Amino acid sequence: MKQLLSGNEAMALGAYHSGVSFATAYPGTPSTEILESFSQFKGVYAEWSINEKVAMEVGMGAAYGGVRTMVSMKHVGLNVAADPFFALSTTGTNAGIVVISCDDPGEHSSQGEQDNRHLAKMAKVPMLEPTDSQEVYELMQWAIKISEEFDTPVLFRSTTRISHCKSIVDITKDRPAETKKPGFMRSSAKYVMVPSNARVRRTNMEERITKLKAWVEDFPMNQIIRGDRKLGVITSGVAYQYAREVFKNASFLKLVTTYPVPANMIRKFASEVDRVIVIEENDPYLEEEVRMLGIKVSGKEFFPIIGEFNPEIVEAAAVKAGLLPAPVVASKPPPAVQIPPRRPQLCAGCPHVGPEMILRKLGFDSSIKPSPVLRPLTEKEMVIAADIGCYTLGVYEPLGALDTCACMGASIGHAIGMEKAGVPNKTVSVIGDSTFMHSGITGLADMVFKQSANTVIILDNGTTAMTGGQGHPGTGMAMDGSKGPQVNLEKLCEGIGIKDIKVVSAYDMAAIEAAIKASTAAKEPSVVIVRGLCALKFKVKNTSRRVDPDLCIDCRGCLDVGCPAIIIQNDAVQIDAAACVGCGVCQQVCPQEAIVEMKS
Amino acid sequence: MKDVNVLMVGVGGQGVILASDALAEIGMKAGYDVKKTDSLGMAQRGGSVVSNVRWGQNVFSPMIKKGEVDFLIGFEEIEAARWASYLSPGGVAIVADVTIIPVSSMSGGVPYPGWDKIKSILAHYTEKVYLLPAARIGEEVKNPRALNMVMMGAIAAFLDLKDELWLEDIRRKVPPKFLDSSIQAFHKGAQVTQSMKEKGVSR
Ligand code: SF4
Ligand code: SF4
Repeated sequence: MKQLLSGNEAMALGAYHSGVSFATAYPGTPSTEILESFSQFKGVYAEWSINEKVAMEVGMGAAYGGVRTMVSMKHVGLNVAADPFFALSTTGTNAGIVVISCDDPGEHSSQGEQDNRHLAKMAKVPMLEPTDSQEVYELMQWAIKISEEFDTPVLFRSTTRISHCKSIVDITKDRPAETKKPGFMRSSAKYVMVPSNARVRRTNMEERITKLKAWVEDFPMNQIIRGDRKLGVITSGVAYQYAREVFKNASFLKLVTTYPVPANMIRKFASEVDRVIVIEENDPYLEEEVRMLGIKVSGKEFFPIIGEFNPEIVEAAAVKAGLLPAPVVASKPPPAVQIPPRRPQLCAGCPHVGPEMILRKLGFDSSIKPSPVLRPLTEKEMVIAADIGCYTLGVYEPLGALDTCACMGASIGHAIGMEKAGVPNKTVSVIGDSTFMHSGITGLADMVFKQSANTVIILDNGTTAMTGGQGHPGTGMAMDGSKGPQVNLEKLCEGIGIKDIKVVSAYDMAAIEAAIKASTAAKEPSVVIVRGLCALKFKVKNTSRRVDPDLCIDCRGCLDVGCPAIIIQNDAVQIDAAACVGCGVCQQVCPQEAIVEMKS
Repeated sequence: MKDVNVLMVGVGGQGVILASDALAEIGMKAGYDVKKTDSLGMAQRGGSVVSNVRWGQNVFSPMIKKGEVDFLIGFEEIEAARWASYLSPGGVAIVADVTIIPVSSMSGGVPYPGWDKIKSILAHYTEKVYLLPAARIGEEVKNPRALNMVMMGAIAAFLDLKDELWLEDIRRKVPPKFLDSSIQAFHKGAQVTQSMKEKGVSR
């Protein structure tokens, strides 16, 4: 049966058809849909973990317990999970376990770009890289097989353009009738990594890679496509597709097992062609592997090391390398019309808008124009250390309210560090409820221990909004949407040792301002929970607002809210009644009280 | 079998993804190899959305090369202009008469260019530029959210496939409440485009 599947859907189906019945993940673009699609199958267990490290550990438990397992995350998630991932490589497994890392070349939706192929090599774990959804589907079967045969986790590496590209999959397999039954096989030598045991396992790891090096030589999905012998292209992942598009007649070596690589196959291919180039996104990973075999090869001197590829980039680089003739350029330049950029923005009625406007007001000297140049803060300004989530969009104009954002949970550490280093300005940390659960709790405990006078503002919108509204322990919402036991944020903070905890509504600007002012003035650790449901996820809709034209003086102050429902039509500020969800924030901003409730 | 490269562009929330998903499915049912991919930034809230849909004998790259787009389907005017350079010389640009002013223009940044300017950009790359009265059609079928159906109809007017292929897909994707108005929007989109095509009108 032929079906159009995204790479992520194909990973889920492939895993299901390989007998995987346990899956855990932390949501993160571009990996989120893997677990979401997997959870739709009958008779499987699928659950969001609190973070990637916990997901990996829970997955290890399941695999040790004899159940085939999938753990998925985005590239930076594997940094969080690196500790147990490396440990899993040491212990090996009982049932098959596949770890999916979805890398994001071009940083479509990430704080950084990193090539996780290096991590497979470092952890001594075999790695597979598909080039489209069909391969994703088939490769998943191999991943489970390799994992069980070689007693190892398998790293399955995707990128945004594999995960989020739909292509045709011929579904030929079915779920095996006999999936493995749970049951732990006791062996402290294998699973208890005290040094004396770990040293033995360390030898096993090296032996495993040696065996795999031989095994990958016959792996059927590594493929040589013979064309013109003048040029031989070695490539993997989606770069293979671009290379095929740009070089119509060259010879290709498509590598699907990218750790370890099939050395003999590469040698053979290289000996058959006049010139070898490697086309790969991000780091010169394969290029170095090929060079280490003593083969003359070029790659990154022509092809970019930064960002995502597309056919034009590959073509332009090929021209630069003298592999393709230069294209004829159009004679007449297009009309010089400037097209305004369109950035993502917070939704109409987003509960993050109010608190971010207040932070802008309290934290920044409004007489100083925002500029990208480094500048010292004035005495009264605050440092606003932010975290990762929808609210990070508040860095863009018109809100422009944030100072730092590095990785999940870092906002709290940043503030503690600045304070302890002697930065004289007040600090606040802004973190979402889901991110707080992910890795804010440890930061908060540290804050109590150090008695840092920082104020943590938890923006509690009742979900993990940025990735599409997943549940977390603070929501008590399970994968299937059912409600269960819930971790209480206030009590958690109290239990950690915070005495000053305030809870305010996300739509009450005066209350938010008063709370932040009071908490930042005090010299003890404090938490302000700003609560309001995610407008998108919970489809919030109250009475819409409208602009009374008789009262409006056209000061355009309400545009500072950056609400997509506030528009300019016929040169006047108006509110799109269909888009407005009636949060009332603009109403509190307007100096003329010109924004009023729409009477039905 | 002629290869078909379609670039659908618009703003988050306009239904671009649903329409491009449908187009990809239809290509598969019509017997093509198909690849499609969307580009959206930061979990896109109201930002630019771009969908590449490719039908062919054997499709490799999911992304269409600059200068090789056969159909540029603009759900919003400046988004169409932004991607105009991707059009192939004989390509067709079908643009809905929808303007969504970005925050950057509202707060005194780059002003929103009018249709004349946008058309001049598109016309630089192709002679075949069609401006669709999408808002009017939405009113006629009493479903202002059916823009994606109008745009599917518009492209259907250019691709020689059985109506049933399109309708079957719409029936599967659209909730029953909106089905009638969606099908009407699809037909109107196709009709208006057909008559513009015949008259050679590019507004
Ligand atoms: S998804 Fe929710 S939290 Fe995110 S911007 Fe929209 S309303 Fe705000
Ligand atoms: S009340 Fe104002 S700020 Fe809130 S959604 Fe409506 S227009 Fe936007």
